[in-house]
Amino acid sequence: MKRQPTSLATENSHSVEEIEIRGHIVDSLILPKILDVITSFGGQFSIKHIDIGHARTDPSHAVVEVRAPDEATLEEILAQVCDHGAVPTSQHDCQLQPADIPGTFPEGFYSTTNQRTEIRWEGRWIPVQDQEMDCGVTVDTAGPTARCLPMTEVHKDDLIVVGHAGVRVFPEERHVERHAFEFMSSGVSTEKPKGVMVREVAQELFRNREAGEKTLFVGGPAIVHTGSGPYLEHLIREGFVNVLFAGNALATHDIEHALFGTSLGVHLDEGNIAEAGHEHHLRAINRLRRAGSIPQAVEQGLLQSGVMYECVKNDVPFLLAGSIRDDGPLPEVVTDVLEAQRRMRQMAKGVTFCLMVATTLHSIAVGNLLPGWVKVVCVDINPSTAIKLTDRGSIQTIGIVTDVQPFLRSLVEELTALESGQSSTGG
Amino acid sequence: MDQPPRILMCPPTYFGIEYEINAWMSRSRPSDHAEATRQWQALREVLVRVGASIEEVLPVKELPDLVFTANAGLVFRNKVVLSKFLHPQRQREEPVFSEWFMQHGFEVVPPPEGISFEGAGDALFCGETLFAGYRLRSDASGHQRIAETLGCRVLPLELVDPYFYHLDTCFCPIDRETALYYPRAFDEYARRALQEAIPRLIAVEEPDARRFGCNAVVVGRHVVTNTGCESLHHQLREHGCEPWATPLDEFLKSGGSAKCLTLRLDGEDAATWKFETT
Repeated sequence: MKRQPTSLATENSHSVEEIEIRGHIVDSLILPKILDVITSFGGQFSIKHIDIGHARTDPSHAVVEVRAPDEATLEEILAQVCDHGAVPTSQHDCQLQPADIPGTFPEGFYSTTNQRTEIRWEGRWIPVQDQEMDCGVTVDTAGPTARCLPMTEVHKDDLIVVGHAGVRVFPEERHVERHAFEFMSSGVSTEKPKGVMVREVAQELFRNREAGEKTLFVGGPAIVHTGSGPYLEHLIREGFVNVLFAGNALATHDIEHALFGTSLGVHLDEGNIAEAGHEHHLRAINRLRRAGSIPQAVEQGLLQSGVMYECVKNDVPFLLAGSIRDDGPLPEVVTDVLEAQRRMRQMAKGVTFCLMVATTLHSIAVGNLLPGWVKVVCVDINPSTAIKLTDRGSIQTIGIVTDVQPFLRSLVEELTALESGQSSTGG
Repeated sequence: MDQPPRILMCPPTYFGIEYEINAWMSRSRPSDHAEATRQWQALREVLVRVGASIEEVLPVKELPDLVFTANAGLVFRNKVVLSKFLHPQRQREEPVFSEWFMQHGFEVVPPPEGISFEGAGDALFCGETLFAGYRLRSDASGHQRIAETLGCRVLPLELVDPYFYHLDTCFCPIDRETALYYPRAFDEYARRALQEAIPRLIAVEEPDARRFGCNAVVVGRHVVTNTGCESLHHQLREHGCEPWATPLDEFLKSGGSAKCLTLRLDGEDAATWKFETT
């Protein structure tokens, strides 16, 4: 069965409206009547706010969110409840202003969150696409369609939403099915049973693959340094990773290991330092640059193992984003950060689960780009990585504080157990 | 009471069934103008006999329903909230009534924007509460806004029978704790709300309700209705009222009766505010 974690967001985008009801709505039974009307027409309601008058002459006030399975039903419900005196709370369209300077928003632009957002245009709620925090919203009135737009991508005369009127945001916990990691109520966990958490991650990876959904893996070089590369290779080979984001370092040390058996000059199997091993990573980069690209190196037989090799062999797209301290870098490394962000946005589209392992910089960068309904698990020896991620707005992040190697090893074990369970019971 | 009850009426000079805007009206069943005039006159005489002082708004040609002064507006102390009729045929009455109220010292309050509100036809005080009919002629949200303006409690009641299209055709406050109502004209919520809110609620039987027995004029303990409401009159006597019957069939053809033909200018006897000193 195909599971669609984002489908609720899409379904609901045209079928929610907030109404308010004023007056002596309790004594007159207008409020229960309106609630009954909503349910009898196939809708659902939640009372978001209610203020009951104290004295007999004091009016009461209720704000009720009405949900319906489709737009037509919602319209019917609204027409009915408005006859009983209910009034939609948001009766204003959003305000649009054309961008006057490329690469900038007009003053007072609406700054986005990573939560599902809708804007009202010509009386209708339109879902904002490409949801991402810290962007603006541009509207194509012809569609009409709306999408998040990063500041640097603003063209002159793009219509940009300004102010908060006609914009509504749906905090995630209100409509998405319960997160897989329910037991982890606090975000970052240093004192929780690791085994249970790893099993949850394995189940999520497994479910995601079975449902044909997209898992993004964001990794740091410690994966290679700690000798955990083969576990990641396993995840790639078995189809648990659909996209890989990393920096120059992970790929470089992975290739260094494939070519020389070392990572940063250290033999991963023996732990001793190779002679002139400090040069290995540069020599690896140089060979790759001479080959032209990572896929060409694989094709030429130069690169015959490792994480990057598995990506090429298993058609897993990867993005290597550069940084100021990079050696080389490898031919694929995107050194223009804006271009790297652009590609990340493209490649992260449709991702439903993201596993971030042993990287602060790339984790935060990717967290910034993901919509709030994408499940994120951040694994790092340093609790501050997950905390930083949460503090920067990726509040859906679950942090697991642990060494990379035991984590990935247990993860692979759990997945293997799941696979065998599947084959033994699946028939 | 020092001052006699004041009632506004409009002679039926131009009354007739010239359009069809309710379930009773049919141009194929016209009213007899001479008979209508006699009936109106007789009603006026009964009201004078029970102690009312009648004031008149001048009839206007081509405004046949101006005779139904109950729909001019809602009186609250020296204020009157003007009506905003649902049907364009009656909207032309609005300036006539507005003019009359201004000339007679009322503070004229315009109705809220964008809603229909048909005055005392759909808004009646019983005790401290304004009972307000909606759905068929007036809008629920309008009543709430009017109540906010007046600072009173309002209970909107949904009307569901097109033959009882105004609240005053199926509900009649007798005193601050007593009212007549025809249950089937209301939806279930409204019936329950009425039962909760009014200590003595007298259910009127269908034959009397169809004679517009609830469309009664109350002056003190006198209750004036159309003829043919014998059971209702019996019920009224049991509650210590003195019922009066006067024929009003020519107006019933138009969907109106005693109450529709009158507007109490000094406040209904059932309204608590009338007895408060401010």
